[in-house]
Amino acid sequence: MSTTHSDTRSYLDNTGDNPAVRARLVVGDNDFHAITEKVCGIVEMPKTPKMWWVAFAISSSLTLVLFAMIGYLITTGIGVWGLNVPVGWGYAIVNFVFWVGIGHAGTLISAILFLLRQRWRTSINRFAEAMTIFAVVCAGIFPGIHVGRIWFAYWLFPIPNQMLMWPNFRSPLLWDVFAVGTYATVSLLFWYMGMIPDLASIRDRATTRLRYYIYGFLSLGWRSSNRHWHRFEFAYLLLAALATPLVLSVHSVVSFDFAVSIMPGWHTTIFPPYFVAGAIFSGFAMVVTLIIPTRKLFHLEEIITKRHLENMAKIMLATGMMVGLAYSTEFFMAWYSGNQYEAFTFLNRAFGPYAWAYWIMVTCNVVVPQVFWFSKLRNNTLILWIASVLINVGMWFERFVIVVSSLSRDYLPSSWGYYRPTAIDVLTFVGSFGLFFTLFLLFIRFLPLIGMAEVKGVMPQAHLDRPGHKGHGDYHGDIAGAEVV
Amino acid sequence: MENQTMTAGDETVLYGYLAEFDKVDDLLVGAATVRDAGYTKWDAHTPFVIHGLDAAMGVKKTILPYVVFGAGLTGTTAGILLQWWTNAIDYPYLISGKPLFSLPANIPVAFETTILFAAISALVGMLALNGLPRLYHPLFRSRAFKRATDDHFFISIEADDPLFDADATRELLESISGRKVEEVEDVV
Repeated sequence: MSTTHSDTRSYLDNTGDNPAVRARLVVGDNDFHAITEKVCGIVEMPKTPKMWWVAFAISSSLTLVLFAMIGYLITTGIGVWGLNVPVGWGYAIVNFVFWVGIGHAGTLISAILFLLRQRWRTSINRFAEAMTIFAVVCAGIFPGIHVGRIWFAYWLFPIPNQMLMWPNFRSPLLWDVFAVGTYATVSLLFWYMGMIPDLASIRDRATTRLRYYIYGFLSLGWRSSNRHWHRFEFAYLLLAALATPLVLSVHSVVSFDFAVSIMPGWHTTIFPPYFVAGAIFSGFAMVVTLIIPTRKLFHLEEIITKRHLENMAKIMLATGMMVGLAYSTEFFMAWYSGNQYEAFTFLNRAFGPYAWAYWIMVTCNVVVPQVFWFSKLRNNTLILWIASVLINVGMWFERFVIVVSSLSRDYLPSSWGYYRPTAIDVLTFVGSFGLFFTLFLLFIRFLPLIGMAEVKGVMPQAHLDRPGHKGHGDYHGDIAGAEVV
Repeated sequence: MENQTMTAGDETVLYGYLAEFDKVDDLLVGAATVRDAGYTKWDAHTPFVIHGLDAAMGVKKTILPYVVFGAGLTGTTAGILLQWWTNAIDYPYLISGKPLFSLPANIPVAFETTILFAAISALVGMLALNGLPRLYHPLFRSRAFKRATDDHFFISIEADDPLFDADATRELLESISGRKVEEVEDVV
């Protein structure tokens, strides 16, 4: 971009904050065909890279661990977990909130950044949307197996059952069923719809009959018609507009599970915005954690540029500060409310038996993101990656602190307890990462991991070369004597 | 992949002409020219959305938003009715003396069903209005057309268009694209 730096900086480096210069979103000498080649090339690779197999071997083994643990849980009973009285919500709920939160970055990138006309989203939205869906899959497992008698899990839904009873629609737990169910469905629709033109690209390049049929079927006969594109864009805009309030509602509803109860430390009005900020924070951390190795493995540095990573670091900094503000507001309100139980709960969080978890949370979520203030540090891929992993850790601990510390010491000291997870708890959680990564690895191998059609649209070649057009990328007026408006 | 699986006995009929472009500018000018010539059964094919092409083609705004709005309202109604019927009528839940049916407690679920119905209708409506899925189309018989999902731009004019004339239409397309026009055939 800037010519003054061209000698010292690699062509791959499009970071920087000169508002007079519009940074390129795709760097290097790429035309439309080069983008197709690069992205479809991953799906068409005759030989899967060794690293992929190594990762797949590990993740699919962990998935088997998850299934084994679930099998053991179902055949033996919920006693295999570390739950006790008073801590009736343990790892399962912590993991559920953790995974749902991870999902939020995908919808944020695909919907909210779309409405805000953040064009850089195009390189990473497909990737983040896929991550959303896989995270929601992992999230959905935990409340499902937490119900104990899993064969009655359908009681969660308004389906006529043998008790002739309906679920209680005044319970936030039921709102959760609808919120997460809708979220999973809408994310899947959004992801699939965006992928249709790219699946058609793979179909049109297919060299084997099997690939031609599979991608041909999946792309529904897309023929790039502009009359179709017109409705497609409208549908995309509408889905973005619908997904934006949806994503904000999902974690708000999840936070109602806590806020609607009367537990000290849970019963606060700050929970919905606090949970949403935390969800976006953790989601971006997971996108960064995954995208850095992926872009390296498949040599996508020219499409997923340093600027993309930098932007995500900035969003993590902003949302991390919001989370930090929420932590301090909670403390302030605990003191300001004059409620002794509330005050005790927060002192207990910071200095009680779970102080270790609390300070891991504060370190990872509030201290670590501060490195992103410095452009040298946030533009260092390794530091960014390590920070993002630590943020993931911190955000898991945040949910652990909220769930466990409040439950373990509520109003009556005689009913206090201490929660320790069992090996089954830990292995189930680790196994859920296996499932997440397995789905993810299959996605990057078999589906277009970058939205080609969208990336092409933000390249300079997609716009008129003729001088005299106004705006950026929008077409106004006439060219070459033909009145086109 | 080779897709011309025609056998000797198949009878073919002309589907239309296909003109190829490799620059956005030429496509926009071409589209405006075809539009001004008065053709109605024609289309542009582009690997990505091109701003200004809707205007250049004279594409009318889709009715999709109204479909989605209707579906959203249906979702709200369904969500409210579901909660009212199940919790206030069929199996009245008396909880802490609260009213059997009151809107505030029923908003979250009604909101989610609104979004769910609207989102499904956005995808299904878009596909239905586009006539998709349609796995076969005569244009897929063209080899060059495979680049419509990669890096080339096309304008197709159907032989069914009332203004279609084997020579005049060809001349028009060749004048705007500057290269030979392809005849696309369809199996009867």
